[in-house]
Amino acid sequence: MITYLLKRLVMLVPLLVGISLVTFTVIHLAPGEPVEMQTSLNPKISAAARERMREFYGLDKPLYVQYLSWLKRMAKLDFGRSFAPDGRPVIEKIRERIPVTLSLNVISLVLEMGLAIPIGVLAAVRRNSRLDRAITVFVFLGFAVPTFWLALLLMYLFGVQLGWLPVSGLHSLGSDRLGLLAWSWDLAKHLLLPVSIATFGSLAGMSRYMRATMLEVLNQDYITTARAKGLSERVVIWRHAFRNALLPLITLLGFSLPGLIGGSVIFETIFAIPGMGQLFYQGVMGRDYPLVMGILVIGAGLTLIGNLLADVGYALADPRIRHGRG
Amino acid sequence: MLKDSYFHEVFWKQFRRNRLALAACGIIVFLFLLSLFAPFVTPCKPDALDLYHVLMPPSAAHWFGTDELGRDVFTRVVYGARISLKVGFVAVGISIAVGTLVGLLAGYYGGVVDSLLMRFVDIMLCFPTFFLILAVITILEPSIWNIMAVIGLTSWMGVARLVRAEVLSLRERDFVLAARALGASDARIIFRHILPNALSPVLVSASLGVAGAILTESALSFLGIGVQPPTPSWGNILTSGKDYIEFAWWLSLYPGLAILVTVLAYNLVGEGIRDALDPRIRE
Repeated sequence: MITYLLKRLVMLVPLLVGISLVTFTVIHLAPGEPVEMQTSLNPKISAAARERMREFYGLDKPLYVQYLSWLKRMAKLDFGRSFAPDGRPVIEKIRERIPVTLSLNVISLVLEMGLAIPIGVLAAVRRNSRLDRAITVFVFLGFAVPTFWLALLLMYLFGVQLGWLPVSGLHSLGSDRLGLLAWSWDLAKHLLLPVSIATFGSLAGMSRYMRATMLEVLNQDYITTARAKGLSERVVIWRHAFRNALLPLITLLGFSLPGLIGGSVIFETIFAIPGMGQLFYQGVMGRDYPLVMGILVIGAGLTLIGNLLADVGYALADPRIRHGRG
Repeated sequence: MLKDSYFHEVFWKQFRRNRLALAACGIIVFLFLLSLFAPFVTPCKPDALDLYHVLMPPSAAHWFGTDELGRDVFTRVVYGARISLKVGFVAVGISIAVGTLVGLLAGYYGGVVDSLLMRFVDIMLCFPTFFLILAVITILEPSIWNIMAVIGLTSWMGVARLVRAEVLSLRERDFVLAARALGASDARIIFRHILPNALSPVLVSASLGVAGAILTESALSFLGIGVQPPTPSWGNILTSGKDYIEFAWWLSLYPGLAILVTVLAYNLVGEGIRDALDPRIRE
């Protein structure tokens, strides 16, 4: 188990180097240099002053030296200062936004699993029944609906027409004066729409996958054996099949992380939720390169951590790997 | 082989049986005709303003109503189909080309080439795709060509893995060994003997990929980072739909439905191809 984990950790190193290389390349796609942004506004600047500034930012050095010094700063999570008027360090801005995005994603992930697993298992067990067909229709619609459009429609229905739910932000005005209970209720009402839409967005894929793995497991010999032994259908499905069908799901969880984080740009923008996605969107609109690159690196880092956690989970769940025979 | 008439016969027999997939094919053909003949089937020009009739609800003159500048929404949705189909096909073309090439090289040569290329695939998979696309668009200016290129270049990884897996099993087959024994060059073996046989699973991901690219483009355009107005795209019509949601539901409803139907059609065709290719499902 420990050797397996160590192996996984060592394999992270080339990935991290690769991520940094790709990000560095993306930065250098930018036409013009950071100096350009500050000098082009000042027509009186001399060529010598420009050179001094290039030197100050290290732009006169060869590319690999620039890369290495950039990498050194990345390792310390120093992404520089935001180009936005507040000019605060990028890492500070990201740090205060991460909890919102992460907790939203965790909530929707938990909901998604809670719904997708039973849906997928049911569809597999009652294959080709009316229920299975209804679920298939729902899954195909789920794949095809643009989440932002669904968000718009639900905002219109519940926010504008019925007036039941607030449509932006996390808290109502003056909610800080409310008691804990009322405060939580207020927060829950604000979260209901974005969380259900985020959940719905990935529910289709997850339940489809669950159905497929469950079907595969149900075709295995040991299931036939279990049935032949005369075990009840319930024991066969939940004790024998279900547990084995869960394994691949853990890997899928790890893989779905980048999608979730990326998707947060859309619904955080629509619902005005102050998370990392909204910050990223603001950065993109304001051409705030340091901020955009910082979030790109952090997002990739979070994905790596997610994949690692999925691997650990897989190892814990699968005795073949746990005992080093995988 | 893909050219094999037996293969064709079996494939078509299976595919034709799938009524949903056939209907989806019909929808796609219809969309193509619609966008091809857009000037003839629409009542107005896509950017013809009519400031006396802004935000009019759907009527006989304006089937889908008008937008905040009095432009006919039906016309703009039809012209939007041009953009969506173009983005879908070019982006997927790029992603299939890159993915297939990487998969072929990795699978055929194996060893160092394989591990280098596959590590690169792993690295690309670490980035939240939407973040990567947005970051590149920030730098490159949003234009339809940049969007197609970026969507294509960030979505080839799945295809690469798929093709590699196919090639790994194909390269040991007798017909490949025979070609090698006859002295065929690597390039000839890869492109003439292996590629045609590895293509069928790619067909499935191409169809699903078009659906994905259309969704991504519409999300980007919706956020204002995609196709720029006044060029109509389903995503950027929805942007004004959001701004006027309290007064004009038709601005949000119809372009969204267009996306839904198109994406659904491509997904159904993709699934149909998959089922027809899968020997386990054949009875």
